[in-house]
Amino acid sequence: MLDLSKYQSIGEALRDALDQYPNEVCLIEADREREKERLTYRDFKERAHPLSKALQDGGFSASSRASIIMTNQSKWLISAYAILFAGGVLVPLDYKLTSDEQWQLLKHSGATVLVTEYPIWRQLSTSPGRAVATNVRTVLVSEAPASADLVGAQRWEEFRGAGEPVFIARKRADTACIVYSSGTGGRPKGCMMTHENYLEQCLPFPSLYPVWPGARYLSILPTNHAIDFMLGFFYQFVSGGTVVHLRTLRPEYVREAFPKYKINYVTLVPLVLKNLQKGLQARFAALPPAKRRVLNVMIWMNKLLTRERPRLWISRLLLAQVHAAFGGGLEAILVGGAFTEPQVLQFFYDLGIPVANAYGLTETCVGITANDLKPFRADTVGKPLPGMEVRIVNPAPDGVGEVSVRSKTVMAGYLNEPELTAETIVDGWLLTGDLGRFDGAGHLQLTGRKKNMIVTEEGKNIYPEDIETVFESLPVKEFCVFATNYIWPKRSMVGEKLVLALHLEPGRPYSEELRQDINARNNRLINYKRIHGVVLLEEDFPRTASLKIKRNVLAERLAKLDSVAAILPL
Amino acid sequence: MRTLEQTTQEVLDLATKHFQLPAGTLAPGDDFFKKLGIDSLQTLEMLSRLENHFGIELPDYEVQGVSDFKTLAERIQSRL
Repeated sequence: MLDLSKYQSIGEALRDALDQYPNEVCLIEADREREKERLTYRDFKERAHPLSKALQDGGFSASSRASIIMTNQSKWLISAYAILFAGGVLVPLDYKLTSDEQWQLLKHSGATVLVTEYPIWRQLSTSPGRAVATNVRTVLVSEAPASADLVGAQRWEEFRGAGEPVFIARKRADTACIVYSSGTGGRPKGCMMTHENYLEQCLPFPSLYPVWPGARYLSILPTNHAIDFMLGFFYQFVSGGTVVHLRTLRPEYVREAFPKYKINYVTLVPLVLKNLQKGLQARFAALPPAKRRVLNVMIWMNKLLTRERPRLWISRLLLAQVHAAFGGGLEAILVGGAFTEPQVLQFFYDLGIPVANAYGLTETCVGITANDLKPFRADTVGKPLPGMEVRIVNPAPDGVGEVSVRSKTVMAGYLNEPELTAETIVDGWLLTGDLGRFDGAGHLQLTGRKKNMIVTEEGKNIYPEDIETVFESLPVKEFCVFATNYIWPKRSMVGEKLVLALHLEPGRPYSEELRQDINARNNRLINYKRIHGVVLLEEDFPRTASLKIKRNVLAERLAKLDSVAAILPL
Repeated sequence: MRTLEQTTQEVLDLATKHFQLPAGTLAPGDDFFKKLGIDSLQTLEMLSRLENHFGIELPDYEVQGVSDFKTLAERIQSRL
């Protein structure tokens, strides 16, 4: 890896990486069984520089903001580099949001440039939300059919300036990216990540998960997500590694990619990891009894030999077929984005496939703690990474309290939200809203959440405030959405659900008509954001002087109800 | 050439078979996430079945945000 301590910005480090590894392959892009593209670092530079120049010719300069809304593909990274080279601030947005949500965040971010791909632009360009984001002046659309009407946008492929762009230097404290951790319906939380955040976050990685020139990383998590941006772009590039992109995430093609591209690292969300587990278990179950007995013996031996630390060569020898299915070169599966059940992690480790569980927030760049696998522990999220100060605030007698962090990876703050920032970062310590404790070995164990939100197995953070708009004008006196865990705290981070608390109009029952209305509105939300049930409360909701609902007080009142009987299914 | 109604029916039949449901359980307007209780990965698996059946390729982006059988059938129809 490049010596990141001497760099001021991620654009500067990336610039040097392109010159450092000109002949190494940096990107492979595949669509199903077809390989579409393979670029060296030299090719990458030749693609990115004309784009950067065209941006500069159009007036893009230091601190100008540009957003990318694309699926994982080579043009995502090429565009990001071109923006950073020109001194810009990158605003990566989730391509899975609705068009209206995307326009709202584009407006909030102040981006003047949008880079996107044709299928997404088809939706965006016809969305009424477009009218609000007048700040977006230049739209670049990739892969548009020749006959397509781009309604005011320009073709990414043709947006090229002549001559060399000028590299624009940035300082460590400058904002590199604005990453939205939530806030499509309520208050947008645009985390202002500095160049220093990324440069410092990257430092401990080589000792934990070494990447070498040519090492292959399979990029599946959306690149707009902080984890993939770091592990599937920045860290790989400054180490000369290769990022493999798949244009379809069908499980069968993802499975094929491991042996085909000899993948060394991949980051998965728990849902995908569980799916892989299911697939393997089904294959094991289909083995003839004799072979299964052999497999079980091999697994037992592997467990014994890898008790202290992973020994990949032994595991590959003992469980050759399992490892061959993963390409034979897999160093580790990194798991992040949401809480992973210990039994899933243990399953893979027993097969000799190191699974590194980690914990982090968008607000802290990527990782706060990570499992160093020495020894493997399925029941914790590992120890704090070097450079992280982690402490438990107001611990209960059993040691459980709110996890807080102080480090150079903590964001500068939320964009345009000084109050929210002041509530979140107190005296330099970022309050995570997660509850946990340290065990005797210095490992962090997460036990629940203090904040009113849920994280799905797909790694999606859902804040009740963000989905409440869909229930506006519901014929009830008052309503409020809660995470069940927030009302009835339990020592668990799995199976989190949202409920709608209702205060009905006086004398009105909870009718079938109302239930259907709620259901219809609920179905307008994307599946993972939907509420699970309804809780009725026959009293006025507590409110502040400015008439905002006091969610914490309301939650305390709801907590007096039975956590099972009170939830009426939809 | 199939009509949209035929395509929709075939989509429903295939999903019924794939998820081993009693015949007639599914309707065109059903939300498949909800009705089938499936996650996004299982949806992708179902799409692969549909692709094989209809002999077409459905890029992931074509089904982004789609959650009911009728719209899914329309997307398939436009590629037949």
